[in-house]
Amino acid sequence: MTELIQRILPTVQKPARYTGGEYNEIIKDPAQVRVQVAFCFPDTYEIGMSNLGMRILYGVMNEIDGVWCQRVFAPWGDMEAAMRLHNLPLWALESKQPVKEFDMIAFTVGYEMCYSNILNMLDLAGIPLLSSQRTGLKNIVFAGGVCAFNPEPLADFIDFFSLGEGEESTVEIVSLYDRAKAENWTKEQFLWEVSKIPGVYVPSFYRHEYKEDGTLAEIVPVNGAPKTVTKRIVENLDKAYWPTKMIVPSTEIVHDRANLEVFRGCIRGCRFCQAGFSCRPVRKKSPDVLYRQAVETMEDSGNNEITLSSLSTSDYRGLKELTDRMIPYCEANHINLSVPSLRADNFSVELMHKLQTVRKSGLTFAPEAGTQRLRDVINKNLTEAEILTTCANAFSGGWNNVKLYFMLGLPTETDEDVLGIAELVYKVIQTWKEKATNKKRGLRVHVATAYFVPKPHTPFQWEKQITPEEYLRRCRLLKSHFYAKSIEYNYHGPDLSRLEAVFARGDRRLGPVIAEAVKNGARLDGWDEYFNYAKWFDAFEACGIDPDFYTVRGYDEKEVLPWDTIDVGISKKFLLRERKRAYEEVITPDCRESCAGCGAACLLKEVSCDA
Amino acid sequence: MPRALFQKTGNAVYISHLDLMRLFQRSFKRAGLPLTHTHGFNPRPSVSIALPLSVGIESHCELLDFDLDGEAVTCDIIRDGLNRALVEGVKVLSVYEDGAKIKHLAYLDCRIDLEYDAGIPEHAQSAITELFSKPSLTVEKKSKNGNTEQDLIPMIRSLRLEKQDEYTLCIFARVCCQNPTLNPSQLVAAITKYLPEYSPNFSKCCRLEVFDHQENVFR
Repeated sequence: MTELIQRILPTVQKPARYTGGEYNEIIKDPAQVRVQVAFCFPDTYEIGMSNLGMRILYGVMNEIDGVWCQRVFAPWGDMEAAMRLHNLPLWALESKQPVKEFDMIAFTVGYEMCYSNILNMLDLAGIPLLSSQRTGLKNIVFAGGVCAFNPEPLADFIDFFSLGEGEESTVEIVSLYDRAKAENWTKEQFLWEVSKIPGVYVPSFYRHEYKEDGTLAEIVPVNGAPKTVTKRIVENLDKAYWPTKMIVPSTEIVHDRANLEVFRGCIRGCRFCQAGFSCRPVRKKSPDVLYRQAVETMEDSGNNEITLSSLSTSDYRGLKELTDRMIPYCEANHINLSVPSLRADNFSVELMHKLQTVRKSGLTFAPEAGTQRLRDVINKNLTEAEILTTCANAFSGGWNNVKLYFMLGLPTETDEDVLGIAELVYKVIQTWKEKATNKKRGLRVHVATAYFVPKPHTPFQWEKQITPEEYLRRCRLLKSHFYAKSIEYNYHGPDLSRLEAVFARGDRRLGPVIAEAVKNGARLDGWDEYFNYAKWFDAFEACGIDPDFYTVRGYDEKEVLPWDTIDVGISKKFLLRERKRAYEEVITPDCRESCAGCGAACLLKEVSCDA
Repeated sequence: MPRALFQKTGNAVYISHLDLMRLFQRSFKRAGLPLTHTHGFNPRPSVSIALPLSVGIESHCELLDFDLDGEAVTCDIIRDGLNRALVEGVKVLSVYEDGAKIKHLAYLDCRIDLEYDAGIPEHAQSAITELFSKPSLTVEKKSKNGNTEQDLIPMIRSLRLEKQDEYTLCIFARVCCQNPTLNPSQLVAAITKYLPEYSPNFSKCCRLEVFDHQENVFR
């Protein structure tokens, strides 16, 4: 007789994402395993398997003797329904063992709108949601990823957070657990010891006290916990663990290609960008190491595409040397080399043409704001002339497709700035008319606007988010100024970005809201098919929480911020100075031109900041 | 052009046709066996699989045509190289030169397991055998242009039932697999439509062998 799961699989969409068994999947002999880690990604397989951090840490943990790290993803709605109908608990792909049987349960959290998936996955696994309900050492739940830089909305559910880059700290954490398990420690004993590992934040060691107006009065460390916890980084990326034997999915994923990270950190300092600040300092990898890793990765995986990734790849000093070596290799082996995140201002036409010989990719710019004034406010050091020159080069080189990304609701934005977007787009169209060499197929300009979400650890962390009504008014205003039929304008709906803003700067009082929303069926919020704003709205109502407190209110510079315990290496003094400069419409040169003194260099001991 | 005979079993049955093509393309690369590429705007590696298999169906007789670039390698080296580079459940049984033209593919043998959780109902075997002995048996077929009625009988070359155990009844059938094509799951659809009392709790299908018009094994 066919077992239950095999009877369910043919009835769900894309069943291959639930079976494991991919090339390079790691299988260990359970008899040799002392610590079982369920590595959970709070979204679907296609999204999670595209996440580089997860691939690195999967390799890191499985390198440890006696540790078996297995993958778990959020099921799609049809699979979840079948699991709930048949009481099938959530399982890990490698061994098919239920998550509940694992020692450690790790989550990587990169997006606020996957918080519901974390709770839903714990629930599907049959594990109590609240940290306080899990009393033993088994099933200890920890989390990392960029959302850990303001972990407070998840404080009720996660036992401890691992801040920053996990190549080294994860080994320390898992090894400590190995010892704790062997010596039969209690959960309290383990949490106390793990909190001594740099970069580990235990939320239950801090008491948050509020004022009558709802703002934070004080964050009180208890048990002698440190006042702040500083994120971890890897200093020497050339020597850091890099998985060249990566799992090759047997079904299509979102980023279905090999991925090579060329450096970490960013020299740019765009004032809205969380990654730009929280991933500092800048550390490079050498072209030699990268080339070797690229070839190893391609030969091992059989992929026909490789991406050079980073926050701003054209700022990688070794880009020319690396691509000069990679292009001939890629051409000889029918491999498409893609280099996203190139900047318009130093976009090399030469590189663009060279890459074109393999396959023609699109042209994307993110000016973020429509006027120079506002671009100066956000410190997006990209001028109209630079955009138009690059467009002119691209059009004369045969490109007829441009994507332009903007944000609406940035600090100090006026209607003039909104209409500046329309003007810029019009100038791009003019440039095409003048420079295009191939006009047969016409021009397509895709314009997209997003709703600005202020993020922690940025100079805009105190800013107000505009109201959804105002955002929509600006969208409509912009739309009414797009006449040309070559323009395709899309704007994000405001609901998701409003929630994102709530949780990005949220505090511990949001825990019950998440639990309530999940209880009412919120999940897969990043997906249009599932996102249901009403469920969230009801949850805020039921918990007596006003979302506006976290969005349109704005935060006072003197206020205690929920994420004040978390140190990403950037000083508050620097962020305040940058905020002031934003309001003065003064740009700050990139770190390569002159160091702005953000403070991140203090995280380095062996090497210096490579900005 | 060389051809590979391979099987798809276990959890690999959930890999879709397009994903399987991609899996083979990558496996050739991993095995150090470069494929030739098409000459279009988007050059694609030249691999093609005869008779796309639906997701969830096992097979022991899949055929993959491919074209290698570069130095000549023996068929055995290709087979072994691919098997090291493939995933569990996809296994190349043999590689050979000059297979028959795919247009001569005509029939395939399949096995369908009908699972009855409360045990095989009495008379099920005889009733189902009788059902497929009728002169005509129409079921709905979903197609791009909406649903159409399809008569199964002209496409069934032979069919017999066998009791595998107390709970499982097996249909062994030889059916048309090209011009026209009978999807073996239609046989279960016919049972559900005409003999609802003998409709199984679960059914699964497996391709066993392919044949040409003369009913000789097709390679």
